[in-house]
Amino acid sequence: MIVAEKKPLAEIKASLGSARRILLIGCNTCVAECAAGGPKETALMASALRIAYDKAGEKIEVREASLDRQCVHEFLAEVGEEVNWTEAVLSLACGAGVQALARFYPQSVIIPALNTQFIGTTVEAGVWAEDCSGCGNCKLAYFAAVCPLTRCAKKLLNGPCGGSNNGKCEVSPDLDCAWQMIYDRLTALNQLDRLKEFVPPNDWSTSHSGRPRVIIREDRRV
Amino acid sequence: MNLESRLARVLAAGHFAVTAECGPPQGADSQPIQEKGKLIKDVVDAVNVTDNQTAVVRLSSLASAVLLKEMGIEPVLQIVTRDRNRIALQSDLLGASALGVRNVLCLTGDHQSFGNQKAAQGVYDLDSIQLVYAARIMRDEGRLLDGTRLKSSPKLFIGAAANPFADPLGLRVTRLAKKIYAGANFIQTQCIYDTARFEVWLNGARQEGLTEKVYILGGVTPLKSVRMAEYMKANVAGIEVPDEAIKRIKGVPNKDQGAEGIKMAVETIEWLKGLDGVAGVHVMAIGWEEKVPEILEAAGLSPRAKLEKASQ
Ligand code: SF4
Repeated sequence: MIVAEKKPLAEIKASLGSARRILLIGCNTCVAECAAGGPKETALMASALRIAYDKAGEKIEVREASLDRQCVHEFLAEVGEEVNWTEAVLSLACGAGVQALARFYPQSVIIPALNTQFIGTTVEAGVWAEDCSGCGNCKLAYFAAVCPLTRCAKKLLNGPCGGSNNGKCEVSPDLDCAWQMIYDRLTALNQLDRLKEFVPPNDWSTSHSGRPRVIIREDRRV
Repeated sequence: MNLESRLARVLAAGHFAVTAECGPPQGADSQPIQEKGKLIKDVVDAVNVTDNQTAVVRLSSLASAVLLKEMGIEPVLQIVTRDRNRIALQSDLLGASALGVRNVLCLTGDHQSFGNQKAAQGVYDLDSIQLVYAARIMRDEGRLLDGTRLKSSPKLFIGAAANPFADPLGLRVTRLAKKIYAGANFIQTQCIYDTARFEVWLNGARQEGLTEKVYILGGVTPLKSVRMAEYMKANVAGIEVPDEAIKRIKGVPNKDQGAEGIKMAVETIEWLKGLDGVAGVHVMAIGWEEKVPEILEAAGLSPRAKLEKASQ
């Protein structure tokens, strides 16, 4: 899923500027799973905004909506009426959802309420970890299903670096060393020999570093 | 392989090689690096110039290397992959060669979160082993990573680092083998305090025949005080300071701790000299360069071998 976190309220308020009719739109998919922008968080943010403006002695009108997937075109029309009413849309979706709204409603002010973080996994209740960089050329089959480009702080393909210590990454004790994980999994799979092979430089042209990517599939077009 | 590298010739001749390290200053003056250079000029075979070490912005390593070279000191240019992509790295290898720098040490570098530019983009387009590989094919095959032919090849003696003390131990010899496969001619190790672990690693390397294929220079950093020892143990990624070492330095009064640290460094060098498969020592006297001549003299390593000049 795409994992995101709520922005500080003060930043959101500053971005909303002079808008007084505000529509909050949550998303029921990834950001609901990571408890950042689902219907519940949307309701909480709406009341937090009301309280904050109230305290500041400012009058606002707030409406709420939640879409099944803010990143999919066909769901966006549902909120057309409210979007026309509002002076600013506050989107609690990921960066893709925010921009999908902007594509669909070219005349509307669209403000993000979240900081989109990464493609990740719910590791345990309340813990999410980044697992995938969307590099466009999946190498997990080679690295025992642990991605060094994402989970090693230095993106090493011929790791580990000299800072790996007791399974932890030199960068932070909160981080497991990806290369220790690769080593442990390959040991368990009896494929340790794989680490003797030199892995040549990565081809980044398939990643975002190449350019923004667009996929066009003729078989899916109407 | 005639590389015009003094370090390469010293090692090829079978002499126990001595390298030291100079960290460039955090400023635009050439003087600090020249002063450090002066302190060690005549007692070492070559001097490493660090590349924005610990991710702190400093005078560029290539510029510093050239400043040392102008003083008649042979530089070992350290290049990290943290800050530059393969376009810049390959370009710098060509530039280094054109400026007469004959030794490079290819590193990944300390993570940017340790430095003073924490908001920097970490590049890591290549890792250190891939940089070694790039340098080797540029030199030996006259081509770049993508296959493009070079009009002329850089003349470089190619080095890499090894940390026998990092985890997992089982991969440390594998990594060394990969570095050699990629093209490393010499290896400088992380500073050694845990001699037992170093020997485990070295034995592993010897068993794989790796010590025949690469020159290994053991790293030595004199401890200035018990504070420094404890700091390194607790805070410096990849450095192992055993309790016995700390105990030993703690056992002498504060004012004598520096001298004890030097004594320990000298003992480490003596021990390195006796190890089969170790070709030299790399002294990293961080901010304590003035002590390097004294350490080397006490370890019986001065003066340096006189070598006939390279034939070209
Ligand atoms: S400690 Fe492990 S995860 Fe961290 S940078 Fe080094 S190899 Fe990568």
